Amino acid sequence: MDLINAVIVLLNYTIIPALTYGSQLAIGAIFVTLIYGILRFANFATGDMMSFGTMFAVLLTYYFQSIGINFGFLPTALLTIPFAIFMMILYMLIIDQTVFKYYRIKKSPPVMLAMVSVGVMFVTQAIIRIIIGPTDRRFLDGEKFILKATEFKEMTGLAEGLTIKSTQMITIVVTIIVVAIMFWFLNKTKTGTSMRAYSDNEDLALLSGIDPKKVVLITWIIAGILATIGGILYGLDKSYRPFVYFNNMLPIFAAAIVGGIGNPYGAFFGGYVIAFAEIFLTYAYKRFLVYILPESLEPNSLMQLLSTDYKFAISFSILVIVLIFRPSGIFEGKRI
Amino acid sequence: MRNYLNIIIAYSIMMLLIILVGIFQSWSIALTIFNYCMISAVMTLGANIQWGYAGLINFGIMGYTALGGLAVVLVSVAPVPEAWSVGGVNMMTCLGIIILMIFSTRYILKNIQKSNKRNYLIAGIIIVGLILIKIIAGPAIEQIEAVDPAKTGFLGGLGLPVLFSWIVGGLFAAGLAFIVGKVALGLRADYLAIATLLIAEIVVSIIKHEDWLARGVKNVIGLKRPAPYEIDLQTSPWFINLVEKFHSTKLDLANSLSERQDILNQLVIDASSVYVKLCFAGMFLVVVIILLIITQKALYSPWGRMMRAIRDNEEAASAMGKNVVKQHLFIFILGSAIVGIAGAMMVTNDGLFTPGSYRPMRYTFVIWVMVIVGGTGNNFGAILGGFVVWFLWVEAAPIALFFINLFTAHLPETNEIKVHLINSAPYFRFLLVGIGLLLIMRFRPQGIIPEKIIKQ
Repeated sequence: MDLINAVIVLLNYTIIPALTYGSQLAIGAIFVTLIYGILRFANFATGDMMSFGTMFAVLLTYYFQSIGINFGFLPTALLTIPFAIFMMILYMLIIDQTVFKYYRIKKSPPVMLAMVSVGVMFVTQAIIRIIIGPTDRRFLDGEKFILKATEFKEMTGLAEGLTIKSTQMITIVVTIIVVAIMFWFLNKTKTGTSMRAYSDNEDLALLSGIDPKKVVLITWIIAGILATIGGILYGLDKSYRPFVYFNNMLPIFAAAIVGGIGNPYGAFFGGYVIAFAEIFLTYAYKRFLVYILPESLEPNSLMQLLSTDYKFAISFSILVIVLIFRPSGIFEGKRI
Repeated sequence: MRNYLNIIIAYSIMMLLIILVGIFQSWSIALTIFNYCMISAVMTLGANIQWGYAGLINFGIMGYTALGGLAVVLVSVAPVPEAWSVGGVNMMTCLGIIILMIFSTRYILKNIQKSNKRNYLIAGIIIVGLILIKIIAGPAIEQIEAVDPAKTGFLGGLGLPVLFSWIVGGLFAAGLAFIVGKVALGLRADYLAIATLLIAEIVVSIIKHEDWLARGVKNVIGLKRPAPYEIDLQTSPWFINLVEKFHSTKLDLANSLSERQDILNQLVIDASSVYVKLCFAGMFLVVVIILLIITQKALYSPWGRMMRAIRDNEEAASAMGKNVVKQHLFIFILGSAIVGIAGAMMVTNDGLFTPGSYRPMRYTFVIWVMVIVGGTGNNFGAILGGFVVWFLWVEAAPIALFFINLFTAHLPETNEIKVHLINSAPYFRFLLVGIGLLLIMRFRPQGIIPEKIIKQ
């Protein structure tokens, strides 16, 4: 019985939150990696682009709520995803045409493009703050919990409760669907294959008649979908605040590089590596150990390896370690 | 002379703008902007050394700035004897353990062949060291933080003159740069950018959350100043006399003696803040000029030529027998040290250390915009970039407000869009800086004052 309780504690406080957070990071990391692999630059506007898509979802959710549309027990925000994605892609294509295209055609070095993306970051941030303001916004409605701790305790008769928030379930399910479709697209369709070819060797791809314009267009469309969905999932789970989204760019970068930048599988995996490391290293194991250790060995302290203040620092340290020992990432990077 | 014409024109325009702020807003604001422009200029000089001379991209400016600020606290604040007596020994032991760890790791790296055994040994040293530190430091930290937590709760500093901390700030930053450089300099340009950005985040989060060091997010206020305090000035006779002489015509217009006294008091209060800022401006100017002379000399020395050669063609330079790795590390340390000095200057100017305010937006990306806008590889350009971008950053809100009012003049005061726009005026600074950066990168990628190669 104690063992089951211990497992429930771990599940409740570490594994499920880590899976959720990891999924959110993974989608962002695939977005970063895709831009890096095909358009060949580190996009410093990542966080703000995700924020931009989410902004429309927030505004539309408020609008839908005001005219009385809802999605039953699911959050209304899910209904707004297609519209938000459309706006996001539109914005990305405008940015690409007015800003990035010039440098792409000129074949500027990646650093130049990264610097340009810093400019895009500033502009995007300004637009977001002017439209929606910097405040914290919650836009979650519908059923909040799938499983409540008290219900679980009654059901099983265990001392520990298991809580599953609906946003956690939605995040994991949506991530699986989106990522599965994307990998299928990249591996099985002709367009996906041409994208991979373009990423592997641009000259050869051009020689075999792949249209670079089309590849770039499709990349931005996929990027738009990923950015918006990743942003909305994060916003539903926590809350929407532009500054937080900007900061999220950092663990997302860490995830992408840890997995091997340019490699979507790596990025997907890297998201979970970062999330699990952050949560496992900052969780206070006292409650867990109380269940599995005999009474004489029970710990007095919290048994916390690092304080939760260092959550971000952990993911960055992992990145630094990976960069020192395996600069190409856990999976071989720079491939798609 | 012709060569310097555009530089002179650009600087004159900049000075004119600041003087205009002085005339239309107030001299105190103008001097605040000027001082911050100069601090930004020092940061930009540091970043420019790395990017402009050597092509190294360092997005970790925030971390070095924060370390410079930390140096001010650690050098100038008076020590807290109670905290030292309860936890000093333990913390010093920890420092000893860290130093021991570093040296034993170095010893192993030098004397044992590359093998699994070596890796396990190093990992063992690190793990044992960390556990020891956790055991020794844990209770000490709690005790230190319990010493009068509202006011101190930290070890305090050395109680030395604050100007000394500018040098220490540079040394701290140099030390960090050495570690970062060893770890990350082998990486490709954009990886290096991300790695430095994230390492800076780690540094800032340590400063934020280690309360025993510098009170963390509880901030350290009332730091020492190398300039006189306003309150002292307002009571010292020589200063009041000076103000009286300066404004004698204005004071003569007063009708009665009491009115004259009121006006004089107001003038003294204004003048004292201006005077203090002038003192800071003088000190910053000295730093900027010294750094400018040194960097200019370095740029046109054989060493500067070598750096440019390495930047433009690493392989060729390496084939000529130049040690690229070593030079990269050296210039990385040099540039970071200058940024550290700027960080110390900034905290001295503010008189308070607020670790929570170190954010990548303000302390990394804006500085980079300054470097790019000003002119990479040109020190005059870098300083100008610091001035221009900081000026825009501060004055963007008033400018935006002016234009909003201009364009929405026909709308009624209660119009929702107008109210919303006026409320979001502060955010136009991001727009202005972002568009500025994009335009410069598109149409004048070498910056306002481009790099100049003197042919000899």
